Amino acid sequence: MLDNPSSQSSARERGADVAKPDDVVLRVDGLRKRYGEHEVVRGLSFAIRRGDCFGLLGPNGAGKTTTLRCCLGLIDPDGGQIEMVGEPVPKAAREARVRVGVVPQMDNLDPDFTVRENLLIYGRYFGLPRDVLEERIPGLLEFAGLASKRDVGIRTLSGGMKRRLTLARALVNDPELLILDEPTTGLDPQARHLIWDGLRQLLSQGKTILLTTHFMDEAERLATRVAVIDHGMLIASDSPRSLLAKHVEPEVVEVYGDEAKAWADIHGRRLAKRLELAGETAFCYAYDPQPMLADLANRAGVRYLHRPANLEDLFIKLTGRELRD
Amino acid sequence: MAYAAKLMAPPSFSPRFAPVWRRNLLVWRKLAIASVLGNIADPLLYMLALGYGIGSLVGNVSGMSYIEFIGTGMVCQSAMFTASFEAMYSAFSRMHVQRTWEGIINAPIALDDVVMAEWLWCASKSVISTAAILLVIVVLGYGHTWLAVWVLPVGLLVGLCFGAAGLVMNALAPNYDFFTYFFTLVLTPMLLLSGVYFPVDRMPAWLASVTQFLPLKHAIDLARPLMLGRIPDHVPFHVAVLLFYAAAAYYAALVLTRRRLLK
Repeated sequence: MLDNPSSQSSARERGADVAKPDDVVLRVDGLRKRYGEHEVVRGLSFAIRRGDCFGLLGPNGAGKTTTLRCCLGLIDPDGGQIEMVGEPVPKAAREARVRVGVVPQMDNLDPDFTVRENLLIYGRYFGLPRDVLEERIPGLLEFAGLASKRDVGIRTLSGGMKRRLTLARALVNDPELLILDEPTTGLDPQARHLIWDGLRQLLSQGKTILLTTHFMDEAERLATRVAVIDHGMLIASDSPRSLLAKHVEPEVVEVYGDEAKAWADIHGRRLAKRLELAGETAFCYAYDPQPMLADLANRAGVRYLHRPANLEDLFIKLTGRELRD
Repeated sequence: MAYAAKLMAPPSFSPRFAPVWRRNLLVWRKLAIASVLGNIADPLLYMLALGYGIGSLVGNVSGMSYIEFIGTGMVCQSAMFTASFEAMYSAFSRMHVQRTWEGIINAPIALDDVVMAEWLWCASKSVISTAAILLVIVVLGYGHTWLAVWVLPVGLLVGLCFGAAGLVMNALAPNYDFFTYFFTLVLTPMLLLSGVYFPVDRMPAWLASVTQFLPLKHAIDLARPLMLGRIPDHVPFHVAVLLFYAAAAYYAALVLTRRRLLK
């Protein structure tokens, strides 16, 4: 925890831990994973309750994908416990994966098959018989908006269609938990909105979702709870709204233009509760932005944008501005 | 070292490998005719050209016509190449380029199951190509007795050997070019030294003794008498050598593939 070890959010974490076992779909407790000298995950704990959309946020290299791979039983953790859909992982990873759907970061649809065949073949990997699959596939195609592309080869699909098919494929076993690793990376805005609509539809049906992303607008739109992790540790975890209220001033004024830096040094630091410079832009955080806006209104050489604080501000505050490669 | 122990663990087996094998079969079925023609055309051309061409110069070889001699060689060569190509280029596409394996192991299928499925698929394709060439040889009138059908399991053993060896290379390969080493340094010498084109006993004694270590030589020792309608000598020995190579290479392939993908 960043601010206070006995803060509200850790109390909520404990609250999640004492919830009825049935209510927790994924529990990660004290997870550790090291590669050589480098400890990628360092004592990570979180719990996802049924019906939640849990956003796992963190910069590149924070340990998100490693955590997911541990949860799926693809790699063994060096420490800690994982329980997914009631099964201990990695011990019963196979049994757990029977009831979990995965949308990977990179598309891995089978290019040798048509849209429909992809769903059929993938369903067989779960041991599902053909008649069950034939019954499910029309609904999945409908969900993905690909009913008219049923017998088309994968290579002719657009990026957005491929993602939607990948999402539909992850639902072929009617999973209790859906894990999505950066589901909209590389998609255009229209395609992203379609994926989000699909995920909202699943949430309204009561599905549980674990989502990693570094798009804060994605987390903001979908997640009922978010956990920010960095350097393999949990920094903060709560509902997006509570996290924002706790960590970030509610109003932001972004000031840019030729004179922005000079303005920030002379006036910005005085008028804002907190000010951060990033390149040519000054991010001014405040509870009451009116004095700052009044000051800016009559100045030449600066332009500004006033907006409410969002998860991106939180994320930057918690994980810093330096570039992660 | 728990990690090392996990890498080196004996192969796990589960019937869940079956849908992965079936997946490969379904892809093959889409292009089956072209694939079988490809399997037949090359060895057939070699067999006819060398059989009639060189056969007219050398007469009988090891008590049979040269076309019969080389026909058996081509059956084994084709089984070897079919499994090798499948395990290297095709499996590499599925593993590395298309990331098909990655998708599969997110389902309740373990990586061990995937490697098992790929291995058995390589061997299955060897049996298919063995059968295709066998059929051509029979049509040409060189099939002597029903004993020739026993060449099919020999093709299976060859496929298991070279499929597994190919999967070792697959697990190590950074790109497709890497496989050239295996073809140049392993398969080509194997072809030339195993008695595909000329009898091993025509080589210097020291070289002939080296050939005892080549799995393809043992396959040919089994296949050639069978094609002529005779029961081969030392059947259990040859089978054991082929099974040993297959099992050792499969275990190596499994350990190396785990090391590559489960991290």
